Amino acid sequence: MSIAAKQEAAGLDVEKALHMYRGMVAIRAFEERANDLYTRALMPGLAHLYIGEEAIAVGVCEALRPDDYITSTHRGHGHCLAKGAVPNLMFAELLGKEAGYCKGKGGSMHIADPATGNLGANAIVGGGSTLATGAAYASKMLGQDRVAVCFFGEGALGQGVLYESMNLAQLWTLPVLYVCENNMYCEYTHYSETTAGDIPSRATAFGLASETVDGQDVRAVHAAASKMVERARRGDGPGFLLMNTYRFRGHHVGDIARDYYRSKQEEQRWMADRDPIAIFGGWLVSEGLADKGALDRLEKEVAAEMDAAVEFAKNAPYPDAQRVDEDVYA
Amino acid sequence: MPDTAIHPERSRGTAVREISYADAIREALAEEMRRDPTVFVIGEDVAEAGTPFKVVKGLVEEFGKTRVVDTPISEAGFTGLAVGAAMAGMRPVVDIMFGDFMTLIMDQVVNQAAKIHYMSGGKWKVPMVIRATMGATRRSAAQHSQSLHAWPSHIPGLKVAIPSTPYDAKGLLKAAIRDDNPVVVFEDKISYAKVKGPVPDEDYVIPLGVADIKREGSDISIVATSSMVQVALGAATMLEEIGIDAEVVDPRTTWPLDEKTLIESVKKTSRCIVVDEGYFRYGVTGEIASVIAEGAFYDLDGPVRRLGARHVPIPFAPPLEDATVPNERDVVALARQMCNK
Repeated sequence: MSIAAKQEAAGLDVEKALHMYRGMVAIRAFEERANDLYTRALMPGLAHLYIGEEAIAVGVCEALRPDDYITSTHRGHGHCLAKGAVPNLMFAELLGKEAGYCKGKGGSMHIADPATGNLGANAIVGGGSTLATGAAYASKMLGQDRVAVCFFGEGALGQGVLYESMNLAQLWTLPVLYVCENNMYCEYTHYSETTAGDIPSRATAFGLASETVDGQDVRAVHAAASKMVERARRGDGPGFLLMNTYRFRGHHVGDIARDYYRSKQEEQRWMADRDPIAIFGGWLVSEGLADKGALDRLEKEVAAEMDAAVEFAKNAPYPDAQRVDEDVYA
Repeated sequence: MPDTAIHPERSRGTAVREISYADAIREALAEEMRRDPTVFVIGEDVAEAGTPFKVVKGLVEEFGKTRVVDTPISEAGFTGLAVGAAMAGMRPVVDIMFGDFMTLIMDQVVNQAAKIHYMSGGKWKVPMVIRATMGATRRSAAQHSQSLHAWPSHIPGLKVAIPSTPYDAKGLLKAAIRDDNPVVVFEDKISYAKVKGPVPDEDYVIPLGVADIKREGSDISIVATSSMVQVALGAATMLEEIGIDAEVVDPRTTWPLDEKTLIESVKKTSRCIVVDEGYFRYGVTGEIASVIAEGAFYDLDGPVRRLGARHVPIPFAPPLEDATVPNERDVVALARQMCNK
């Protein structure tokens, strides 16, 4: 059977599947270049990489409309890209350039873009939870059917406002989805040392619909997110998704000596067996929905696009220091 | 701006109705809610209860519970929700029952609301108002009596209004609601029922950042805020009897701060007392005094003097609590000393 025939027989939107594959590859390629820029001292500040967690941002955002909202985290490059951010303006922001999404005033941890519904990456852990809930509130009050997604790490489970947000969302049946990315480490501490009880009960206690998902499997992520997003859009209230995943790299690029909090063997196991791109790519090929050559070509295209974006950002000018006082007030 | 717009009591020679500070605030909210369907009130017991101070009583009957929204006791949650709603097209007016609870919402206000416009390179806006209260002497003890308006005044991205009269309360609140930035409005709890004054029927706003001379005088400037304006005016009357002509200047907003009007007043009088109900240390009086010292140094007869809340947690026992807040006698004694009378 030809690939086209198999695609038809699979009864799945292959265009969507390839879009998701490309999305994951793009985030990986973006983050590898961010790592490179950082280690070469071309990127100021901090770089928190999303490598290993790509399936979550991509699988969830594929279930969203362009006018839906997201809030993101300090580890937010993946969410922003998956929601539609373009790499050249992303890199420009990472390097603090005037051409960046926030004119260089936000940086890596604060990418925001109304055009793609991105309410902003947020460097206060749990900070996005109230904002996403509020955007969902506005959507409901204005009679829109826009959904808001709050991405957060399991570290935010220690923050009270997350629970205040879920309480309000369920009380008022708001179209918001809380996506907990449990990458197992709150900075340099295993989550078992910071998290009492179990995670989904925190949401079900408020009455939220909840599901636990393999965050390395983009098909599972997308299926669960689609269900929750449609449910919220229908007016059936908020949802909670626990995504089990793993942070392949350190808390930030400079977090190199990690032996004191996790073993190299653990990292290697996840990278070898649980890489979301390899898992999905392997599935596409084994199902006969794409061939290895096509996926390789796609990766090369993405790499070229990312290289060009890096060049754009490197060549872009810094903001004039005189602009420091602009944008404090609207 | 014509003088009659700022001072309706000086206008036309015809009678202007008098209403309370609380009624002025309620009118401002109702008028703005009628004018703009994206304006809504959110907070604890704001609907049928109309807050413990009854300031928003009756709004729910006109606008319903979807626009006068009762919340759980969850200040950080609903304030942060309002920030997100403001970004997504609404104009929330958040009710923080006691200004002391600013502590509970500081991350939402300081790290989120105040910074989102700047961090996004000017792309997102947060057009919201936080109404909080201030003022002691209600025997409410240390956690329900503070005046914390210096806190948001310290943060870039926020504006802060501290009205002293019904006219100012209405005009400043309407301006705050129409502003595209987060604005914190501190209302003096004692003034709600106690302070009455002229408020015209017609629509008006008072621009944020314009001080008001509440009483003209030539011998000494008393820069007073919120609850302390009444104290300063009372003191000025007493001073008049002993031949000291005091000018009372009300900044009306701590940020933007109308530095020019304050400095001009002191250039005229050459003496200045700053009186404010916030804690004395590291607060509003210190900032205003330094602005005046820098701007009117060569016109001053002596140092700018300050009166503020005593540097203690607000106590419960009436004689102790009363000792924490500046009063007319304190202002008079200081003014006499400064004027050698």
